[in-house]
Amino acid sequence: MTITNYDERILKSNHPIPGAPNNWRRFFGFNTDAKVIGIQYIVTALVFLLLGGLLGMLIRGELITPPSDLFDPTVYNGLYTMHGTVMLFLFLFPILSGLTNLLVPPMIGAPDMAFPKLNALAFWLVPVFSIVLLTSFFVPGGPASSGWWSYPPVSIQNPLGHFLNGQMLWIVAIGLSGVSSIMGAINFVTTIIKMRAPGMGFFKMPIFIWTVLAAQILQLLGLPALTGGAVMLFFDLNFGTSFFNPETGGDPVLFQHFFWFYSHPAVYVMVLPVFGIFSELFPTYSRKPLFGYKFVAVASFGITILSLVVWVHHMFYTGTPMWMRNLFMFTTMLIAVPTGVKVFAWIATLWGGNLRLNTPMLFCLGGLFNFIFGGITGVMLATVPIDIHVGNTYFVVAHFHYIIFNTIAFGIFAGIYHWFPKFTGRMFYEGLGKIHFTLTFIGATLNWLPLHWAGLLGMPRRVASYDPEFAIWNVIASIGAFMLGVASIPFILNMVSSWSRGKKAPPNPWNAIGLEWLLPSPPPHENFEDDIPTVLNEPYNYGLNKPFVLDEEFYISKALNDS
Amino acid sequence: MTTTKSDVLLHTPGHVKHDGHNLTGFIIFLCSESIIFFAFFVGYGVLKLTAPTWYPDGVSGIAVREPLINTIILVSSSFVIYFAERYLHKKNYWGFRIVWLVTMLMGSYFVYGQYIEWSELSFSLSSGVFGSLFYLLTGFHGLHVITGILLMGLMLIRSFIPGNYDSGEMGVESVSLFWHFVDVIWIILFVLIYVWQ
Repeated sequence: MTITNYDERILKSNHPIPGAPNNWRRFFGFNTDAKVIGIQYIVTALVFLLLGGLLGMLIRGELITPPSDLFDPTVYNGLYTMHGTVMLFLFLFPILSGLTNLLVPPMIGAPDMAFPKLNALAFWLVPVFSIVLLTSFFVPGGPASSGWWSYPPVSIQNPLGHFLNGQMLWIVAIGLSGVSSIMGAINFVTTIIKMRAPGMGFFKMPIFIWTVLAAQILQLLGLPALTGGAVMLFFDLNFGTSFFNPETGGDPVLFQHFFWFYSHPAVYVMVLPVFGIFSELFPTYSRKPLFGYKFVAVASFGITILSLVVWVHHMFYTGTPMWMRNLFMFTTMLIAVPTGVKVFAWIATLWGGNLRLNTPMLFCLGGLFNFIFGGITGVMLATVPIDIHVGNTYFVVAHFHYIIFNTIAFGIFAGIYHWFPKFTGRMFYEGLGKIHFTLTFIGATLNWLPLHWAGLLGMPRRVASYDPEFAIWNVIASIGAFMLGVASIPFILNMVSSWSRGKKAPPNPWNAIGLEWLLPSPPPHENFEDDIPTVLNEPYNYGLNKPFVLDEEFYISKALNDS
Repeated sequence: MTTTKSDVLLHTPGHVKHDGHNLTGFIIFLCSESIIFFAFFVGYGVLKLTAPTWYPDGVSGIAVREPLINTIILVSSSFVIYFAERYLHKKNYWGFRIVWLVTMLMGSYFVYGQYIEWSELSFSLSSGVFGSLFYLLTGFHGLHVITGILLMGLMLIRSFIPGNYDSGEMGVESVSLFWHFVDVIWIILFVLIYVWQ
């Protein structure tokens, strides 16, 4: 495993290496290589994580004292609307598209995505709709301030009468984000269905590929409903139609149906790939086969199907009839079954394993811990009698941050650390990674755990001032939020310094099984090129004497020679 | 080694290179696109059943005769485009071009008929729930018809490129599929707006 001293870039100038200092320019142009696009997505999304985090810290700064003193309440409305929108549409979706772009082709042995140009186009829409969304800070009346869900009739008010208003820009940005996501989804589904390596039947695919397939099919089925609703909202806002306008006979609750028909599954679109990351990392760092591979794989599609029929649980307190509440309470609780299958499979994988607690594994374990907690509060919220009382309080805010940040973002960080050596060709600094994890875990817990109590006591969300009895919980939460801000410093330091001058990474630093680990680090432009391996088994047989691909030694030595 | 590469290949799906994916991708796109229409149709149904006032003042229903002629033209164009494809399979390129052009003309007649209908109506986009839904559905569908005609024009021009069909007739197949899709959507739309009054 010795790495020779010569500069491989001289010998491989025909295949530009991601991250090589002499060709950094390709990350700033229209490039159709999925590995370049993946890194473009991830870096762009991380910039928006900082922006969304800054907005979040401004919110927590306002809430550190009971009265509304830091901002005008109207400005506060804009802050939480933009915080949610930036985090979901500018950070989470793009960063997951980025990880998916990096991982899908190498993991299935494909040279690239099925439609490389469409892929690049989907990425370049991200800066376009980001600019549209952020422009709304500078238009008269300020940005959209009806919350990230933009319920009418609040969202169809245009008091200043300008055509160019914050809410209109919000709708346009969401529409463009939808176009980008659909382009991505078509690409991912086609690639996974048609371009797998020989021998890789469905039940030999890595779980990450299963979850991406499930998530992207969900995207294809759900997202158009939101687009349809957004088109109608756009007309209501700007052209005086009456789809959702109660004054002229429209039905505002109809928009809620359109919105949540997509936006509830959207949570699963985000969490499923993270389940995939968990399923890749737990076996690798426990040195044990994944427990119940087939059940974990099929459970992904159980989640996909069920998540299409649970959306009304967001509307228990908006005037839905009783039969609908009961029906959707039942379906919502049912979704705990496939999710529970996965959680038990991960715990059974960890049980008695030879754990290696490096940064990616720590983030995975932290994410799993938080997910179990957030899942339990999820089942509580699915119960109609509880939801009627705590709906629209900080209990809901705490619950979904436990899923969105404490699970999904933790999983994303785990994925970034785990595959960092593979795609940059450099090792990260373990010490900085552990500092990042510790600060993130403590900060996230301090930030959102106390808000459960504030919510149970009845503190309403989306209000700039609150009763002084909630002060103690909010002070702790704000300290946690600022800690999360600090946590980004070791992360950025680690990424920048490791990528520019970290130790060179071997092809398989974690001794993991998987097609991507049979490639040199970083992989060449077209991955396996003409020597595509023939897959014999699923990639989780740690410690078992089952071969993974035909001629494994050939690929291992080839990767070592090329690295 | 007991298993050989060909043994494994016999039992598993083949590995396909870049070329033949466009039709798969396009079919996936159409499935997704149909959900937008589905959302609009559900919106139409829900509002029709629950809205306190449905038709705008002074409107009691909507004329069916011209839209019915339009429907017949559009539905038959779906059969015509099928014959165009048949000609192409038989490598009769001029037959294909002429029948393809006939489909385009039928599509254009549909758009013209839609324009005439719109210009004669007494209500607008902002005349209550029905007006909003009527223009949204027919307008969004009309955009798809126009897109279909433009795509057909593109395919017609490309048919003059020598060797255009050497690697398959994927573009023509996709556009034809799109045309059938637009057709099916129109039938549902026609039933919802004109039949269910």
